[in-house]
Amino acid sequence: MSLKELLKKKETAIVAQWFDRVVNTYQLDTSRFLKSQKDAFANPVGNTLLQGLKAVFDETTDRMDNETVISFLDPIIRIRALQDFSASKAVGFVFFLKEIIREQTAKETQGNAALQAEMLLFESKIDELALTAFDIYMQCREKVYEIKANEVRNRTFTAFHRAGLVADWEEEPRH
Amino acid sequence: MADDLLKPDELLARTDHRPPATGWMDTPVNIRKGMYCYAANPKSVEYLSLPYARQWNPVEDDWKLPENWKQIIFEGIRDRLDRFRSFKIFMDICVRCGACADKCHFFIGTGDPKNMPVLRAELLRSIYRNDFTTAGKIFGKVAGARPMTAEVLKEWWYYFFQCTECRRCSVFCPYGIDTAEITIIARELLNLLGLNIDWIATPVANCFRTGNHLGIQPHAFKDMLEFFVDDLEEITGIRVEPSFNRKGADILFITPSGDVFADPGTYTCMGYMLLFHYLREKYGFDITWSTYASEGGNFGFFTSHETMKRLNSKMYAEAKRLGVKWILGGECGHMWRVIHQYMDTMNGPADFLEEPVSPITGTKFENARGTKMVHLSEFTADLIKHGKLELDPSRNDNLKVTFHDSCNPARGMGLLDEPRYVIKNVCKHFYEMPPNTIRENTFCCGSGSGLNAGENMELRLSGGLPRANAVKYVHEKHGVNMLACVCAIDRAVLPPLMDYWVPGVDVTGLTELVANALILPGEKERETNLRGEPLPGMEE
Repeated sequence: MSLKELLKKKETAIVAQWFDRVVNTYQLDTSRFLKSQKDAFANPVGNTLLQGLKAVFDETTDRMDNETVISFLDPIIRIRALQDFSASKAVGFVFFLKEIIREQTAKETQGNAALQAEMLLFESKIDELALTAFDIYMQCREKVYEIKANEVRNRTFTAFHRAGLVADWEEEPRH
Repeated sequence: MADDLLKPDELLARTDHRPPATGWMDTPVNIRKGMYCYAANPKSVEYLSLPYARQWNPVEDDWKLPENWKQIIFEGIRDRLDRFRSFKIFMDICVRCGACADKCHFFIGTGDPKNMPVLRAELLRSIYRNDFTTAGKIFGKVAGARPMTAEVLKEWWYYFFQCTECRRCSVFCPYGIDTAEITIIARELLNLLGLNIDWIATPVANCFRTGNHLGIQPHAFKDMLEFFVDDLEEITGIRVEPSFNRKGADILFITPSGDVFADPGTYTCMGYMLLFHYLREKYGFDITWSTYASEGGNFGFFTSHETMKRLNSKMYAEAKRLGVKWILGGECGHMWRVIHQYMDTMNGPADFLEEPVSPITGTKFENARGTKMVHLSEFTADLIKHGKLELDPSRNDNLKVTFHDSCNPARGMGLLDEPRYVIKNVCKHFYEMPPNTIRENTFCCGSGSGLNAGENMELRLSGGLPRANAVKYVHEKHGVNMLACVCAIDRAVLPPLMDYWVPGVDVTGLTELVANALILPGEKERETNLRGEPLPGMEE
């Protein structure tokens, strides 16, 4: 059995464990809520995690299309980039997948050189995933600061402009 | 965040991602950048004659509290337990069933358990138990009591300014506890020590001085509306003539100053002007603006009952001075909660005004019998119902609209159907967000109750996640590209919220949509909407 087939077989258990570990990065009362509330609108964080992690795992075990990966990783990171996590903790959940897969496939990979070699390649994919996660995190943080800067700019500039204190380019005096 | 980077050895020591499992009382408050608003400018605090005006910084250890601060808080609680029966009941009857726990947008978005309404209330309740109940005095922590300390005070400040007083949690409480009222009292207590935030204190001082939060003086207020007159003439070919401070007018119009100065609220403001012009031309409608009562919003509501009363009274003093019959109110959020739930017992009865009757349809607004103030959406819905507006909804054909129920008009006064009725008559494409995110269950914008500052953007964006998540759903499912609302704070804060979570969705007030569709007598062929964008079919 190839690693890909093995991971497909164990997909449900792996994704469930990954979800569990990510949810456990929140405080106990919160993680309980994130796991139990199934309504997507009452629990957008839990729902985004569950959908996103499953899709990212699917993609990682399959063709690893960058755009698809980003489309599912982005909503998760977008949330964590605002919450009380350092940068490393906001994106570090990607590496949980390495440990989980090692645990889940320990029996099969033991003494199986082919599987072990495949595993090394697969772990590189997870490293790539982490780098993508870091890119997304940076984009989100930059967006937050851009929004902050725009708010200040719009408030003052628009008021000045309306009050006639800003000269339009066409009205610049000619020298 | 990037500014608290760890050294490699520290990183290695912290590979466990699980947070420490301490009880809430033993989890110290961590005042995090992006989650709090700057401290009040002492000049603003002083201007309002509120106590202990001083420079202080929330992230410094020393908050420069008065020596007897514990006594002040103790007496402040005692005084309020006597004055507000609701507060006493809310302190006593919670059984911690948890029905409210997961209903708060700040809890859902930040994942911080102290933002569960029950736990946020418990921050104050634990002190109440300790100082005012026998069980708390005897059993202490076992009875959920703890003594007041500087740490507790900081925790109060941090979390009671992470509540937008939206009252979603109260909808789910089987005992009817209004957790927003607990936040209101807690903020009053903090104000006894001069611990307000600047985004509230300075607008309140401005409003007290100039009549509006932004501190716009009467001539500048008038200038702004006159700029809009020019813009409207360019768009419609018609020169509207708003009247200001006119004694003897039938009706006084009051709206948030945000509509006058902040995009996209300015387009809503232009919409008001166009609607009033139409009604005057067609039906002789007689309304005046005031450059003194130039603010519908009331950030005094987020400071103390007394401050709210002071600011609210200016609107009625102006109505009396001008001798109008009643007041028409624009698209504002908490203005309506103040009017609907507090005004009558606070500054009422406004018996110098008449019970509002629409001069155009003859409809009596019996719901406004006490306050003499009618919501523009009700007024407009009544006009449409009676066929008094000539409308061309196809001018809004490029819009796929959804409606965000602003917390205060929705939960605070039950204004649920009128805005929808108006939208459906001026737009052809309207889509509701999922039922558990609208009407009484609406999710807050995340920036109400004076939290719409810039420095707390992480708080605003995470608190707004549940709302944005529902918008994202209709955006993806139906192609919704316009989020309508009837609140000036919404109009100011939803655009950045959409920018972060759902790019491609714009924000509008209701009356902007009405004015786009309104066919004015004698208008030129309209080529653009109020934003100067080409109307459907008019694109080059």
